Amino acid sequence: MYVAVKGGEAAIANAHSWLAEERRGNPAVPEIGTDQIQEQLTLAVDRVMAEGSCYDPALAALAIKQARGDLIEAIFLLRAYRTTLPRFCATLPLDTGEMLARRRISATYKDLPGGQVLGPTFDYTHRLLDFALAAEGAVPPPAPEADPGEDTNCLRVTAMLAEEGLMAPEEVSEVEPGDVTRTPLSYPAGRALRLQNLARGDEGFLLSMAYSTQRGYGNNHPFVGEIRQGEVTVEIVPPELGFAIEIGDITVTECQMVNQFDGSRTELPQFTRGYGLVFGRTERRAMSMALVDRALRAEELGEEVAAPAQDEEFVLSHSDNVEATGFLEHLKLPHYVDFQSELETVRAMRAAAMHETMREAAE
Amino acid sequence: MTEVSNEERRGWMGVLARAGAAGIEARLEKAAPLPPHTRLRGPEIGLAMLRGRAGGDGAPFNLGEMTVTRCAVRLEDGRVGHAYLAGRDLRGAELAAVLDAALQDPARRPALMEAVVAPLAAAQAAARAETARKAAATRVRFLTMANMR
Repeated sequence: MYVAVKGGEAAIANAHSWLAEERRGNPAVPEIGTDQIQEQLTLAVDRVMAEGSCYDPALAALAIKQARGDLIEAIFLLRAYRTTLPRFCATLPLDTGEMLARRRISATYKDLPGGQVLGPTFDYTHRLLDFALAAEGAVPPPAPEADPGEDTNCLRVTAMLAEEGLMAPEEVSEVEPGDVTRTPLSYPAGRALRLQNLARGDEGFLLSMAYSTQRGYGNNHPFVGEIRQGEVTVEIVPPELGFAIEIGDITVTECQMVNQFDGSRTELPQFTRGYGLVFGRTERRAMSMALVDRALRAEELGEEVAAPAQDEEFVLSHSDNVEATGFLEHLKLPHYVDFQSELETVRAMRAAAMHETMREAAE
Repeated sequence: MTEVSNEERRGWMGVLARAGAAGIEARLEKAAPLPPHTRLRGPEIGLAMLRGRAGGDGAPFNLGEMTVTRCAVRLEDGRVGHAYLAGRDLRGAELAAVLDAALQDPARRPALMEAVVAPLAAAQAAARAETARKAAATRVRFLTMANMR
């Protein structure tokens, strides 16, 4: 138990002054600007927006600077900031089918309508440190361009399978989804709340859970049906207007994992999907989310729930790194009173044990 | 007041929302001065909850929030303008709201469309086209070696 203590104000103020100095680092080195973070550390910004659950690249860049690059601390800062703002509305569901795709790949079909578009990817790089980047002033030449032709809007791979009846259709629904930021989770949570929880979950946790399903903890043989990354238009219907307007575009990554389903007494064998949708270009996160989403559908699909990644309560209640950090880090706050009583208990137990030993020796 | 269709308004509101204060101001230099206005609400910053769909085409779910700026203004002729835009841009939202009101006036619309909305729309379309061309250059062409020109 944590008991509030007083005192230490001067020490705390001095510690924070030192923190500010350490954050700045060597003053002979130019200070980093939040615009530089926003433009050049884009994947860190994307992760902070996704797990901070607030799309605003400039705010995420500021949080990263303030947190000295500690992304979980930055996520915490962004989460705290969002609580100071009123929520105006919810958007219409994003239409990822209409995405302006920078990247779109499928591991299931080689020649699919729209083709395989690699986009600005780390894939096929050699993962050798590029010392040219350590020298300043190099501006890379503009990327080559080509005629996009008529293939800019790509049919979904899942839709291609669905046309043949090979893909289990998604539930058609316009039900107002629950919101984990407004109502505490209770179980079973259902798919909408699971997807929201995963979309803001810790990337490392999602990756480990997804990896566990690949290694056999939760039978799962996934294919990347499709990954697409690019800009989607955000639309809202303001009540004062009564019609939909576009308020801008955001960058997202979507992953459709395709998994075999053996069928049941009532259903023929077919494929089912796991779905990942995340802010920004964090592809590893989208893939992890899709694998974990599929694993968590075990019960709904009549599969045995045996592995951690299939256990809704286990996954959802441990995915949030701000909650996890808070509970973990509270351990370093003063527990003096609590520990005092433990000390007394242990001393009393030792005294009793020693007394017993002496008495046995005497007998 | 059926001076303007919702579709037309939707069109310019989408362009202005993406333009930002700097983009709009640069275009306003070449246009007649904007009419005076009073603020009805904002400009103010808040959040919108972004929604996705399970599997891309299924039931909606809450993906996460985004910052949004909104503003509502009234002109002296009584026309009311609204703006909502992604991100935090108070000046951009107010300018977009004033323009939304002014563009509803058939007397002002053609000049404002030509000086402000059309060039902004063209610049946004050009940026999208450039992205599409760069993406196209990374499209993998399987089994087309024999046909390469």
